[in-house]
Amino acid sequence: MVDPNRLYASQSSGWFGQIIQRSDDGGKTWHQPGTPAGEPTTTPDGSPKGESNKFVYDTSVKTGKPLTTHQWYDGTQHPWEFKRVWHLEPSLTDPDLVYAGVEDAALFCTRDGGKTWGELSGLRGHGTGPNWAPGAGGMGLHTILLDPKDPGGRIYIAISAAGVFRSSDAGKTWKPINRGLKSNYIPDPNAEVGHCVHRIAMHPTRPNVLYMQKHWDVMRSDNAGESWYEVSGNLPTDFGFPIEVHAHEPETVYVVPIKSDSEHYPLDGKLRVYRSRTGGNEWEALTKGLPQRDCYVNVLRDAMAVDALDSCGVYFGTTGGQVYASANSGDSWEAIVHDLPPIFSVEVQTLK
Amino acid sequence: MIRVILPAHLRTLAAIDNEVALEVNGRPTQRSVLDALELRYPTLRGTIRDHETQKRRPFLRFFACEEDLSHEPPDAPLPDAVVSGQEPFLIIGSVAGG
Repeated sequence: MVDPNRLYASQSSGWFGQIIQRSDDGGKTWHQPGTPAGEPTTTPDGSPKGESNKFVYDTSVKTGKPLTTHQWYDGTQHPWEFKRVWHLEPSLTDPDLVYAGVEDAALFCTRDGGKTWGELSGLRGHGTGPNWAPGAGGMGLHTILLDPKDPGGRIYIAISAAGVFRSSDAGKTWKPINRGLKSNYIPDPNAEVGHCVHRIAMHPTRPNVLYMQKHWDVMRSDNAGESWYEVSGNLPTDFGFPIEVHAHEPETVYVVPIKSDSEHYPLDGKLRVYRSRTGGNEWEALTKGLPQRDCYVNVLRDAMAVDALDSCGVYFGTTGGQVYASANSGDSWEAIVHDLPPIFSVEVQTLK
Repeated sequence: MIRVILPAHLRTLAAIDNEVALEVNGRPTQRSVLDALELRYPTLRGTIRDHETQKRRPFLRFFACEEDLSHEPPDAPLPDAVVSGQEPFLIIGSVAGG
């Protein structure tokens, strides 16, 4: 993060939608971008200032009216409708530039610190949209990885259930990169899009290597996503949601295996994080400090994070409201919070 | 003989180990295959199609020969490869369901 005091967060409400909030003082105070705390929420002539929550799909002729429909829950075609933001990803270089992955899947960005948002419509416009479908959580764009070696150029995003896409021009044009993925819930299991990618992760020093937790299968790419191969190896089940890479060891990867697509809880009621120190295939169970009986929580895709300390802290949140932290790369764990509502997102900032 | 492959939970419900082979009278269609399936395994009634409307449940899909047949009319003939038993008729839980 460019400015450690600049934070973005939002709730989500079925009634009122999202109210995006920003802090410029490390979380002490929050306000809606464009409407500082205490200021009226309308302009003198009565116009609303709530532009910071306005996400409108690009339908302009200039950009080619990107797409019209995607696949709906029942398999019919359905128009794009904005539901909510799933993930905010701040730029690595500009504190006022933030990317937002939204449902129904699309990529937005703000260049004014969240006051206004516009769609990077080349993603929906490249043509495979009618074959995108919602996963059980909805059709969300949930992962945004910015390449630190190519700031302002290369971006990877992932969508459930469409797959991974890559841009080399800061989000203007996109290419699906799903070769090697195999999914039995689409008519052609090797199709170009339609894969329910749950999460992808990358080590900042090695942005050509990507790790993926798919809706079954843990995958790896060594060529910036051009092709993928399976590294599930000895995992007891390769279904799951989050995947993370160690802060200082690009070949050390973490996943939380979940029993199956229809049974979203740990195998045998034992909450186990699995760690590979070999970039996949060989995995070890990390159990110390985690419940090893009668545990039926899930760990959602955005609910795992690592810090930047030498010993690499690892953190994850559960649908049962616990946040587990390990101060030693996963060797042992402790619940640092245990009575929250279901946890959707865990982010870590290392203060220096 | 029409080969039908069911999602794991429906196989459990109907106590089926593997795929199902069904005899269907006349030119097989989605409707006639599902009728034959439900006749042999009455416990599956209502799990694939609504009891009353006979409409496919929204989180299920019908695939065959790498095509999505979910939106084909129920009385449309099934592909030759399915009719000959070369390819199975797949009943799949959509990814939106899990």
